[in-house]
Amino acid sequence: MSGSETAAKTVKERAKEALRNDFLRQAVRFTTDRLRNARLQAAGEQGNWEAWRERGRQIRSHTIAHLDYYLNRFAENARANGAHVHFAESAEEAVRIVLAIAERKGARMVAKSKSMVTEELHLNRALENIGVKPVETDLGEYIVQLAGETPSHLIIPSIHKNRRQTADLLSKEAGEELPTDTPALAAFVRRRMREVFLAADIGMTGCNFAIAETGSIVVFENEGNARMVSTLPKTQITLMGMERIIPTWADLEVMATLLPRSATGQRLTVYMSGISGPRRPGDGDGPEELHIVIVDNGRSLQLGDPEFQELLNCIRCGACLNVCPVYRHIGGHAYGGTYTGPIGAVLKPAFRKNVAEWDDVADASSLCGACAEACPVKIPLHDMLVALRRRKVEAGRAKRPEALAMRAYAAVMGSAGRLKGALRLGRLAVKPIARDGFIRARIGPLAGWTRHRVFPAPAAEPFRERWTGLRLELEREPAAMDPAVRRRLEEALRRRQAEKREGGDERHGG
Amino acid sequence: MKVSLFITCLCDAFYPRVGEAMVRLLARHGIRTDFPSAQTCCGQSAFNSGYWEEARAAARTLLDAFADSDFVVSPSGSCVHMLHRYRELFRGDPSAQAKAEELCGKTYEFSQFFVDVLGIDDLGAKFPHKVTYHPSCHGSRLLGVRDEPERLLRNVAGLELVPLPYAEDCCGFGGTFSVKMSDISGAMVAEKAEHVLETEAEVLTGSDMGCLMNIGGHLRHRGRPLRVLHLAELLYEGVSGA
Repeated sequence: MSGSETAAKTVKERAKEALRNDFLRQAVRFTTDRLRNARLQAAGEQGNWEAWRERGRQIRSHTIAHLDYYLNRFAENARANGAHVHFAESAEEAVRIVLAIAERKGARMVAKSKSMVTEELHLNRALENIGVKPVETDLGEYIVQLAGETPSHLIIPSIHKNRRQTADLLSKEAGEELPTDTPALAAFVRRRMREVFLAADIGMTGCNFAIAETGSIVVFENEGNARMVSTLPKTQITLMGMERIIPTWADLEVMATLLPRSATGQRLTVYMSGISGPRRPGDGDGPEELHIVIVDNGRSLQLGDPEFQELLNCIRCGACLNVCPVYRHIGGHAYGGTYTGPIGAVLKPAFRKNVAEWDDVADASSLCGACAEACPVKIPLHDMLVALRRRKVEAGRAKRPEALAMRAYAAVMGSAGRLKGALRLGRLAVKPIARDGFIRARIGPLAGWTRHRVFPAPAAEPFRERWTGLRLELEREPAAMDPAVRRRLEEALRRRQAEKREGGDERHGG
Repeated sequence: MKVSLFITCLCDAFYPRVGEAMVRLLARHGIRTDFPSAQTCCGQSAFNSGYWEEARAAARTLLDAFADSDFVVSPSGSCVHMLHRYRELFRGDPSAQAKAEELCGKTYEFSQFFVDVLGIDDLGAKFPHKVTYHPSCHGSRLLGVRDEPERLLRNVAGLELVPLPYAEDCCGFGGTFSVKMSDISGAMVAEKAEHVLETEAEVLTGSDMGCLMNIGGHLRHRGRPLRVLHLAELLYEGVSGA
């Protein structure tokens, strides 16, 4: 399956393809199971996890609410450290800035560490177009690059590939048959990457957190390649979403606790690099020139939107993907965008201001809420998915049969009398197609259901029609209420009334 | 003391026996239930699909139907949770919002009402079978009904409760999701059914007929029909046989 970003097909069609791919489903299930268990263990071990989440949410919400202030502060301090800070409103502008630097430096090769923003900008393609060779140095990203695909997971870009597929890709690159064991494959990539680190003209990184108080960028990673690309090449370019900011290093403690534990279940990331400016006189290493490109590309559209501003709180840990039962079955590419899983299903349409072509992404969720429960900064992703669906309906982009069905629903459910009539009609209508109390026929809107399940025939007598008889029967021999139960009921009522009074007093007082 | 049954449209039309079991269990404890017939549906399927105006049409019937109830009890954690979304649904309509808030404060899911309100977790039932329980996402994760169903089940004589692997994973129902994204939903319910079969339970129980209709319907479709009972049905069978 190709991982190229395309809106040509619907989520439904892409999901169908993915569901036929047993390799993909097994690989995704295997790794997400491991990650979600590791997260639960790491969260439990840390203790007071809910308090940590709440602190994380507060830090992120506060920063986003004052994003203009903290961005300016960050930029001023970074410039004072000697970094070049660029602001890019759109993807195109960000790409132009990077290409201009590459051209000015006469760059031939860019060594990249993992960066989702560069994926969002399709920066590799743009660099190749001007004859610059981008090389992904993170193992998972490298595999995806060799396969000509895009990452299918925020943290584990090649989650959809199994060991055999990985060995095939690397063998092709090596020009010899490599053994499928991890040490052998890793050894090949390590040898290859050392050449890349030394030969690259530009090192490119993403940014996990940008510290406003000192103008520093912080990169979390496990392989050490981000540190290499920010140390060896003469020029460093760091790309960051404009929402990556946190106010202080003290806030980083909270993020450094939440992010690795939520992402992979690690207590701490293996490498955490804090970079405050380019190489200074007397420094042993580091780039001569440091560029920081701060990318908007639809992010600022969320500011001031009560339903979506919290989306910018995301710290890109991928926990929502690992617990998502939909992602588990269809993997990342079926979502059709750079960002996948529940967060991707919201980010994509929201960043594109809910343009029609991405409408269906928000439908790929059963709204089970596992994503929000796992989120280390408590983003209500399932509520946002509902909000996206509502905006689509309000904008008049809903499919007509669905809109008509919903209108009929409102007509029936708007009055108990009409519901009663509809229940009678329904019973008659399904009579010819029901057998032993079940419908198996794949007709009309039921077809989606009956392809995978039987549908129950309506009861011969709905509850509302059975009620009078039932009530009369039960009233004939009423049981006595246990005094303890009566006390509890009365107590519950009193408590509620007291709360109501207090609430009322407050309103009067206010 | 007026205790009202919020039947939910699904149980009204397809599973009236669930409502009957609830009413009979309550009656055994001396609680007379009433059924305000003006109720229709909580509006969730329209709300989740983005049709809020249509959802409001249904939701209003509940605000009116239960206006003078002291307690409202329902066989679905999902539909009870929907009431907690009425604040948003009726944004800009403070009088409906106030009614909704009042309704939320007095409405309970079936196991919640027995265990947390009535303080009863042993119904004196006997059910000598191997049983597994599926905790529905909205009831457990969103409404916060966590231990109550299990407490009720643990006190049933003779019942062997087998833990369901991946219990907290969604069964793939998701209302209109199961029809709109039927293949994804089908893959999800197939996996859920695998886990149910793994337990070798004779009976699958739960607290939401939407999910049970989905899982049970898939098992029957596969030719592996299993007895599927709402928790209230199981308990009522347990007390009437005992």
